[in-house]
Amino acid sequence: MTTSDSTPTGDGQPLVRALNVMKSFHGNEVLKGIDLDVERGQVVCLLGPSGSGKTTFLRCINQLESIDGGRIWVDGDLVGYRDDKGQLHHLNDKQVAAQRREIGMVFQRFNLFPHMTALENICEAPIQVRGVDRKKARERALDLLKQVGLGDKPAAYPAQLSGGQQQRVAIARALAMDPKLMLFDEPTSALDPELVGDVLKVMRDLADQGMTMIVVTHEMGFARDVADHVVFMDGGVVVEQGRPADVINNPQHERTRSFLKRMRTEDEEAAADAAAAAEG
Amino acid sequence: MTTPTTDDRPGLIDARPVPHPGRWVALAIIVILIAMMISSFVTNPRWDFAKAFEIMVQTPVLEGLVKGTIVGTIGAMVIGIIGGVLIAILRLSTNPVLRGVSFVYTWFFRGIPRLVLLAMIGSGIGFLYSKVDFGVPFGQQFASWLGLSQDFTFFTLNVNQFSSTLLAGIVGLGLSEAAYMAEIARAGILSVDKGQAEAAAALGMSRGKAMRRIVLPQAMRVIVPPTGNEAIAMVKDTSLLSAIPIITELFYQTSAIGNRTLLIMPAFVAATIWYLLIGSVMMVGQYFLEKRFGRGFGTKPTNKRFARPAGAGGA
Repeated sequence: MTTSDSTPTGDGQPLVRALNVMKSFHGNEVLKGIDLDVERGQVVCLLGPSGSGKTTFLRCINQLESIDGGRIWVDGDLVGYRDDKGQLHHLNDKQVAAQRREIGMVFQRFNLFPHMTALENICEAPIQVRGVDRKKARERALDLLKQVGLGDKPAAYPAQLSGGQQQRVAIARALAMDPKLMLFDEPTSALDPELVGDVLKVMRDLADQGMTMIVVTHEMGFARDVADHVVFMDGGVVVEQGRPADVINNPQHERTRSFLKRMRTEDEEAAADAAAAAEG
Repeated sequence: MTTPTTDDRPGLIDARPVPHPGRWVALAIIVILIAMMISSFVTNPRWDFAKAFEIMVQTPVLEGLVKGTIVGTIGAMVIGIIGGVLIAILRLSTNPVLRGVSFVYTWFFRGIPRLVLLAMIGSGIGFLYSKVDFGVPFGQQFASWLGLSQDFTFFTLNVNQFSSTLLAGIVGLGLSEAAYMAEIARAGILSVDKGQAEAAAALGMSRGKAMRRIVLPQAMRVIVPPTGNEAIAMVKDTSLLSAIPIITELFYQTSAIGNRTLLIMPAFVAATIWYLLIGSVMMVGQYFLEKRFGRGFGTKPTNKRFARPAGAGGA
């Protein structure tokens, strides 16, 4: 797609720019004008209570939800529309698919294809969508499996893998398309606590390699250590954003403070439970 | 009751099973009934199984079995399955016109009895339209207005000849079957988790590709068992082909022999045994199809991890 002069992103500019993004479900306003810039190579964590709109916002970026107002640009391209001298036109199915191809997505519930092995899950899109040669796709998939620590599982079906292993296959599947941007929708929320670490490690490695990532998460440790920028959302608006050290350790808003306090209590309880389980 | 001391630690369990006297009574009754039935087969000469076996292998019966019944079933089911999946996809489409077409099709073909449909195809359609021309719509009218020699007809089907062939019968049964298969395929497609289509979309697959590669293969797991049912029902419904009328069909041929030779019951038995044999072979085939499309399922419950208490993933 061509980049017009008025486009607010491009080389040396943010990879993702969202301006005044609005979204309602049946009259219920979920996003009330979200602004967000994500620079190339940045890791941005979206924090906030359930129902704050952070997952919806993430899904809007790769058009799993349509937006009612505002604009989103990814790498200079307006997401979901063609701008013809101020008049927007909906993109067709093929054009939407072409935009999504450049954006990797990891879901809370993995959504691996259950009728395919781990290897086939990873090869599927490169072969079917990008037209990559079968043999090359397999080699790349095996490398990716090794990268996520599952080099010994290419022939396993998703049902034969633990949740943590499934999520790592799902990350490999998204990476196989060589995306410019990776979206993570609560990637560890459906996992048993002892499996969370492996998935977070893969995500840290990815961040170290310079992948641009937007992560909806409740893992405060991950946000503090890995994120370049954290955004706290509540009630469909961005309440506060900044460097993780500032937002998490020294929140300015009351809503942020009370949310973080609740999270801390839960973390401590979980830690206490784990300790009790270890002793008993 | 007193709780025993922990010094005497219990070992492996060797417990007597719960008694089921009812099962033994039922078994005895069934055995007696089967014995009575077999005894009547042997002692009642009118059963005449020897004649039934003779009828089973007569040439017109075998011809009817292969052409009308087996080829008829396969042909009608192929049309029914392909048509049914297409109609189900139309039904789930975002285009309201296509959804309407699919609804009306299902409403019409599910509503008419197959016997009536086949009788209409056999005699009625040919009466209404003795031939059907394939070409530009209203091309003949334009041609006559404008005085052209070319009337835009590319291909003409002689309905009077076609409507009494086996192919016409197969098409009739197939069109009717497609209406039922559409509902089965729709249920199968809807049974696939929405996250699957989303994951495919997020990887940049078009809707069509996601349907073919991701959704339909998983829907097959739900579609195959009722389709086996439909196929076995279709074997029996090929006996309706005689309404076309097509007489190279198993039941018509066996009962014709029965009427001619006055071996009415042996002829029915011959037909029954053939139908049961075909049904048995198909059940074996269904078993393997189910196994094929069950890949990746049933190793252990896939959704075990989602059974965590509500809110566990929330803040």
